[in-house]
Parts: sequence; C-alpha cells; structure tokens
Amino acid sequence: MNIIGNVVKVGIADLKITRAPEILRTSGLGSCVGVVVYDLSQRLAGMSHVMLPDSQLSKREDLNVLKYADTAIDLLVESLIKDGARTYALKAKIAGGAQMFSFSTSNDLLRVGSRNIEAVKQRLSLHRIPIQAEDVGGNSGRTIEFFPDTGILKVRTVNMGETEL
Amino acid sequence: MSFLENLSHYQLDILKEVGNIGSGNAATSLSKLLNRKVDMTTPSVKVVGFDEVMNLVGGPEKLIVSVFLRIQGEAPGSMYFVLDPNEAEQFARQVTGLKEFSFEQYPIDEVGLSALHEVGNILAGSYLSALSDFTNINMQPSVPSLNMDMAGAILSEGLMELSVESDYAIIIDTTISEEGEKSSLNGHFFLLPDPDSFRKIFRSLGVEDQ
Repeated sequence: MNIIGNVVKVGIADLKITRAPEILRTSGLGSCVGVVVYDLSQRLAGMSHVMLPDSQLSKREDLNVLKYADTAIDLLVESLIKDGARTYALKAKIAGGAQMFSFSTSNDLLRVGSRNIEAVKQRLSLHRIPIQAEDVGGNSGRTIEFFPDTGILKVRTVNMGETEL
Repeated sequence: MSFLENLSHYQLDILKEVGNIGSGNAATSLSKLLNRKVDMTTPSVKVVGFDEVMNLVGGPEKLIVSVFLRIQGEAPGSMYFVLDPNEAEQFARQVTGLKEFSFEQYPIDEVGLSALHEVGNILAGSYLSALSDFTNINMQPSVPSLNMDMAGAILSEGLMELSVESDYAIIIDTTISEEGEKSSLNGHFFLLPDPDSFRKIFRSLGVEDQ
C-alpha cells in the first residue's frame, strides 16, 4: 500500500525537490512543460514548471533561472544530486507543451509549447537522462502529480480525465 | 529591477482609467446586445506574481471559459474575457435563445459556441476601440480564440510576453455584470499589455517614465 503524504505544490516557473511519501503536483500546465527527474531507488524526485525554452530570451540581467528550460533543468539535476540522487539512476517524465490557442499568428511566443518540449528534451539528453514517459503537445491544459515511491506520473485533463504514465 | 515592478501610484491610476474607458464601452455594447442594464465595477490594477494571476479567477485548476485575443498594432498585448462555465452557458442561452445549451452535452451546440465567440469578440473589440481612441494608439484585435480549460493553462499564455522581462504581471481587471438579477453573469476583462506597450501608453497620455 502506498502511503500518500503531503502534496508539494510547484507553481509557475518554480522547482521543488521531495522524497516519498510526499508527492509533487503542478496545476494548469498549458504551453508550459512539467519536468520530473527522479531516482526511484532513493524515492527522490524533483519537478520543474518550465515556462520558456531558452534563457537567452531573457531581457533582464537578474535572470530567473527557474523560468527557462535550460537553466531550470540544470538546477533540477544539480539539486537532486546534492540531495543524494545518483547521476546514472536519474530518469525523467515530462508533460505539457500544449498549444492552447489555434489562431495563426506571426507571434512566436504563441507557439511556445512545441519549442518548450524540444528545449526540455534537448537539455535532458545533454544530461544523459532518459525520458521514460511523456504526454506532450495537443491543445489541452494538464495537471500533473508525481509519486516518488512508484515513479508514476498522473496526468489530468479537463476532457480526457486522468491517465497514468 | 524591471520597469514593471516600479510603477508609481500615478501611473497605476492612469492604467485604472485605461481599464475604465475600455470596459465602460464594452459594458455599453453588452447592454445593447442583451437589451438589459449592465453594471461594472471600478477597475482594479494589480501587480501580481504569475501564480497569483490564476488565483484571481479561482486557482490554476479552475475551469474557465475565455475569449482570448492578441492586440496587434503599436501597443501589443493580450486580452481575455473570462467567464465561469455556468455563466457562459447562461450567456449563450440568453443571446441565442437556446434554452438547453450546455457544455456538458456532447456535442456542444455549435450555434451556442459561435454566439459566445462572437459576444467575446464584440466586447473585446469595443473595449479596444475605446482604448485606442483614448490613447490615440493604433490597436487591432486578432481573431479571437474561444477556450474552455484550466485557468492556469489559458492565462499563462498571456504571460509569455511579460515573462521575458518580469516575474510580475500587471493586470487591469474589470468585472461587468447584469444588474439586479440574482444569478447574474460576471465577466472579467483582463488586459495584459506587453512590457514595451506600457511605455507607449504612458507616453501617449503625457506621463513620462520615472
């Protein structure tokens, strides 16, 4: 039987690390991507809610590293290792990156979903972290929950209910 | 620190007036459309963190119906007309006369959806045209998009432009509602100018940057 502890909430452009029995949750992912990196045997996991693909986009000097796929994933991996995760055991699951609005536009930022997915995958592969499961793209918002003891990622959408990855 | 996090009270008041003029015009349009009296609240201008934006409509997981459009032209930005699903249903029923219209009945009636889409379009359009006249800045609405989904997923799209510059959003929020009725409709207008647009709006209204 799984004992489910507190839910650790991850906000927009936020990152949290936790151990079982606590679970990680982020709500209302649109074009943002939820990235979970975990070490199952240590029952340790981190979740990042990435908003934008590349920290080069930032127009300010005091960069919020949690906002961008590249810098957030670097920090996610670093924090997990500091907490005792083993580099070779790290695995990832990702969800999000939807395109919420369908109109055609010259505005790149409205196609940010697919660019976020691509950037997240690229950064994970740079760290040699395999992606075990993904639920990305489409045009629905998602709420995700990750259970560090089983490695299960639950994805909930408004129209399609809940699935487990 | 970003420019957006350092607005003076005077500048915030100017933005309130901007919201007032836009939503006043939209409320008039709605009143004509429904042939009823429509009330509106004094706009509030909030400088909030991204997570708080979702809390304004009931949290990131709250189901909302929204008409979203991009503002194109000299002062680009994003604009939302947000309704609770129940209110949106009511809205569609009133406008179309389809008493049975519901989001839970699949397939959702196309006429009802299209009416909602159009109402959102009209309201956002009248909001923008008042705004454009007032500021003397050329602004055009994009084709609007009607969505029903989680607030977080929908509203975060409007934050993308801002997010490259700031961790805060300035939201000009006005509620319009039908007068007198108990089960009245409440619609939120959210106006989210892009960072550079604030400067343009202020300049055209004769307010210098601090």
